Amino acid sequence: MCGLCGVFGVARHWTDASGAADAGTGTAERIHRARVANRMLGLFGLSLREWAGRYTLASRTGRAAVVDNLGAVWPEAERLAGRPCDPLDPAVIAAMEARRD
Amino acid sequence: MTEPAPPDPAPPEGGAITVNVLTGFLGSGKTHLLNRLLRLPELGGVAVLINEFGEVGLDHLLVEALDDEVVLLASGCVCCSIRGDLKEALVGLHDRMRRGLVPPFDRVVLETTGLADPGPIVATLTADPVLCHHFRLGNIVTVVDALAGLHNLDAHPEALHQAAVADRLVISKTDMAAPDRLEALRTRLRAINPAAEVIESGADSPVPATLLVSDIHRPGAREAEVARWLAAEGDGAGHGHHHHHHDGSVRAFVLSAGAPLDWAAFGLWLSMLLNRHGTRILRVKGLLDIRGVDSPVVIHGVQHTIHRPEHLAAWPDGDRRTRLVFIVDGLDPALIRRSFSAFVTG
Repeated sequence: MCGLCGVFGVARHWTDASGAADAGTGTAERIHRARVANRMLGLFGLSLREWAGRYTLASRTGRAAVVDNLGAVWPEAERLAGRPCDPLDPAVIAAMEARRD
Repeated sequence: MTEPAPPDPAPPEGGAITVNVLTGFLGSGKTHLLNRLLRLPELGGVAVLINEFGEVGLDHLLVEALDDEVVLLASGCVCCSIRGDLKEALVGLHDRMRRGLVPPFDRVVLETTGLADPGPIVATLTADPVLCHHFRLGNIVTVVDALAGLHNLDAHPEALHQAAVADRLVISKTDMAAPDRLEALRTRLRAINPAAEVIESGADSPVPATLLVSDIHRPGAREAEVARWLAAEGDGAGHGHHHHHHDGSVRAFVLSAGAPLDWAAFGLWLSMLLNRHGTRILRVKGLLDIRGVDSPVVIHGVQHTIHRPEHLAAWPDGDRRTRLVFIVDGLDPALIRRSFSAFVTG
């Protein structure tokens, strides 16, 4: 809670803000975001699902975590995968390129 | 099923207090600049945060000491020393204003120590739920000394980082420097940070209030600000050209895309990049063409922190391409481009 004015709230992530057509982060938008995320998370054996206004992130071995927004995905993804999720790792880029082909 | 209403901690537009970070290496002339800024009538209603009163020659401006931490200056400005951490100082100052103990202010100028890296300061301001409700980051102003600037950029990574994160670069002591040395410094600063406006300041040259006032949050100034960023593309940064001075590995480059981007894909990719390499991505700023959005989306950030995106009314110069200026330390622009292509535009 904000100690100055008594307003509840957490700092929102920048990706929550005005992206596509004021879609905000309604359920349909979160489902879309999860689908986009899964193309990337699949590289690390993880998947994301929309869940009651938030997301659940899960590994193939059943480890799971709840995340509030896209910004919170990667620290949790690294924890669950047990390895860095590095978009500049040439092997990761090559794997993503292969998925696109 | 009804969705829970999202929290709305976003500060009211125009209601938040702007925080300017004033940084620069030891002896660069930060305090001199601050003194001159505080005399500008346009900058009434400013609170200054400094580390120690003794470091700053504000005696001639001093009217009265309100308490151990806060003094009132002749300009009507408040000056406050940071005793604990930054958050504590800002919250304390805001609280004093709310209770009518200090004159109202709508801007805070935070003078850092000469060795400070502005990155963590920015993170404190924007990531803390209390602070981001009441304060927003304005221009980061970095003072570079025309005499010692080149040497400092060579010898001290702190000086290089301070120059790289700046929105405004003030070259001080220009009246004391040889023309060729000044030109070498200009060239060097353009290579390190082509998106920043450079202002030259001799002992007697006027200091414009726009240094602080004109920023990306100000609707009338937004277009000009973005135009300056995008000019970096034609300024040698377009191809990630590395200027082989002694800049270590700080370099600026522009990432561009012709087709509209998916917001989620872009957000996930940039979040992933910052999560792993945020300390080495000194600045990101630019315009995005987002699928389903007619107006250009302005994005800007410092290290791990990306600010809330804003919109421009129209595309500058009719060019709808996504263009992002990156200033990085020790990262390969070619690899970032390839990653962007694989994850976002591929």
